[in-house]
Amino acid sequence: MKKLILIILLNFFLINKSQALIEVDITRGNLDPLPIAVSPLHVDIKSETYKEMKIKDLGDKISTIIENNFRSTGLFNPLKKEAFVQKPDIAHLKPRFEDWRLIKAQALVTGKILIKDGKLKVEFRLWDLAAAKEMTALAFTTTPSNWRRVAHIISDKIYERLTGEEGYFDTRIIYVAESGPKSQRVKKLAIMDQDGAKTKYLTLGNELVLTPRFNPTNQMVTYMSYFRNMPRVYLLDIETGTQEVVGNFPGMTFAPRFSPDGKKIVMSFAKDGNSDIFTMNLETRVVEKITDHSSIDTSPSFSPDGKFIAFNSDRSGLQQIYVMRSDGSGVKRITFGSGIYGTPVWSPRGDLIAFTKMRKGKFYIGVMRTDGTGERLLTENFYQEAPSWSPNGRVIVFYRETKSGLKGEGFTAKLWSIDITGYNERQLKTETDASDPSWSSLLSK
Amino acid sequence: MIRSLFYSLSFHLLMILLTILSLPFMLREPIDLPPIVSVELIQISDKTNIPYAPKARKIIEETKKMEEERLVSEQAPPAAKAKEKPDKIPLPNEKKEEKQIVKKKQNPEEVKPEIRQSSEFEKKEIIDTNQIAALIDKAKEEEAVKQKKTDKITQSSQKNSFATGLTLSEEDALRAQIFGCWSVPLGLPYDEDLLVRIKLSLKKDGTIMKSEILDHQRMNRPGQKFYKVLAESALRAVRLCQPLKVPPTGYDKWKDIQLNFNPTEMLKG
Repeated sequence: MKKLILIILLNFFLINKSQALIEVDITRGNLDPLPIAVSPLHVDIKSETYKEMKIKDLGDKISTIIENNFRSTGLFNPLKKEAFVQKPDIAHLKPRFEDWRLIKAQALVTGKILIKDGKLKVEFRLWDLAAAKEMTALAFTTTPSNWRRVAHIISDKIYERLTGEEGYFDTRIIYVAESGPKSQRVKKLAIMDQDGAKTKYLTLGNELVLTPRFNPTNQMVTYMSYFRNMPRVYLLDIETGTQEVVGNFPGMTFAPRFSPDGKKIVMSFAKDGNSDIFTMNLETRVVEKITDHSSIDTSPSFSPDGKFIAFNSDRSGLQQIYVMRSDGSGVKRITFGSGIYGTPVWSPRGDLIAFTKMRKGKFYIGVMRTDGTGERLLTENFYQEAPSWSPNGRVIVFYRETKSGLKGEGFTAKLWSIDITGYNERQLKTETDASDPSWSSLLSK
Repeated sequence: MIRSLFYSLSFHLLMILLTILSLPFMLREPIDLPPIVSVELIQISDKTNIPYAPKARKIIEETKKMEEERLVSEQAPPAAKAKEKPDKIPLPNEKKEEKQIVKKKQNPEEVKPEIRQSSEFEKKEIIDTNQIAALIDKAKEEEAVKQKKTDKITQSSQKNSFATGLTLSEEDALRAQIFGCWSVPLGLPYDEDLLVRIKLSLKKDGTIMKSEILDHQRMNRPGQKFYKVLAESALRAVRLCQPLKVPPTGYDKWKDIQLNFNPTEMLKG
């Protein structure tokens, strides 16, 4: 009997032992940019020239744009092409994974270009080199002149597949292009691809333009312009170039911005000597007063669900950021730090608010949660402001003025971008000086 | 009748006893205990964990001996020297004890300046490498006692101490290796469950025979796109890392191993 109990007892413990699986917790990894190889896209021999376009070069050009896009994120490290062993055509069919792993690549992009019935067809494949398998493969057909956009769309798809976030490469940035001395500054509305290519000027520069803002749902822009010293709010359709005056507003008008559904604009203007926040329905043109306070309320920005509005106000003395419901009720102050806070912009993801902070003669661009907690100042300089979010809520573009000339008598204004982690600050290439950027939503959405 | 009742009662009692004894094996403690091992120390280099592996330590000691013999051949044998040293070192107090445990994660010869600066106590220690070696031995003994007494060990080490699989040092070696291979995707949401459990079947040389994502059905759920990216990055890490740094012995214990990838702390920090 004793033996029996002993055997049962022993068995029980042995079973327990054999079932226990060793577990190891991995709570850290590296945040180094992911090494990625972008092989030049292979161009079909029959499609090397089309009309006057050299399709032959497109393979290289598209891969270079993809590389530049990846490099600009700070999350990827595109490897040098000289190290590539396999030719593009073979790599696209079936890459030799060992060869690519040898140059320490973790992901590989291959592709093929051909012209079919006057249309450009671009295929690409993304390979996971460690697992030796294809991660995604897509083909796009478009007019040959559209090849740049294809490169951006491919970048977006790869970015999304590798990071789990939506991309932001097939987008544009509208800004105020500036030139001339400070006293006679010429300000034109300009638009470019997010990588700085294809700059187009939308106004002639006869009138002062300010605060262009994209509609989050389509390619419409609202901006302010002074016509005979009277501030006017305009709507501009970028695709067709048509402009329309939304209205003349008295006194100082500030920063019109679209609601998330694009049906309203929210702005602030001074009525009876006091600046408040108003919305205007673009269909009915009905103006509604949202705040009614003796203080100066400016810079309104909708939350992406349209339920809240963040704005500046000096009702507590110094200018701080407040949040209220979109009907004006439930006003709540969210910033309490030292310094002056301004230009709140709600992230398209809805989780953060970007802002400009002025403290002790310095300007900071920062982000915080929508309740004002978790304030993080991302960048510091003598003059910088007007943050605008990339459509995925990952990157912020803003402008910065710096002194120029030998004695610092002049100044230049440039666009800069920074990741919300505070890393990867970089200047965007613009043809002229630039200010007041606004980032569009994805064009291909 | 009474006899059978007695048997029944005693068997029932036995079963209850066994359940009480064995259930803790299945317990999953919440991940709120900070790990003993500081990451900076682990990440110094691959060599940091070598003193743990008994075989590797023997080799180091042998080479040390050989070197010392070569340099000062007429001096007393180094073994005697090593014995003397521990006695010279004062018994560490409670706080210092903790330090020592952390200390033993490093290869004494690989200590980097930034770590030296971390505390006065360590500064003193680093003067003589032999002393450190002695300290390490001591720390190891003390740690074994401490392990039984204290609950302040990581979740996985607690599990493993029951499982008698990997020692803490072996586990650290493996963990440090995978830290280096894992490129954490940066677009992860902060407020979601980011735990990816991967079960591996390993060969004796540490290469992977089979890998399996334990919650793979979650990858295809709507709104869980990030999970797929995260799980793939974890799989990529183990594949890039192979052969994994596994102990030379005890294959049966570690031939199947589960890795719990969770970047939450890292992203929040």
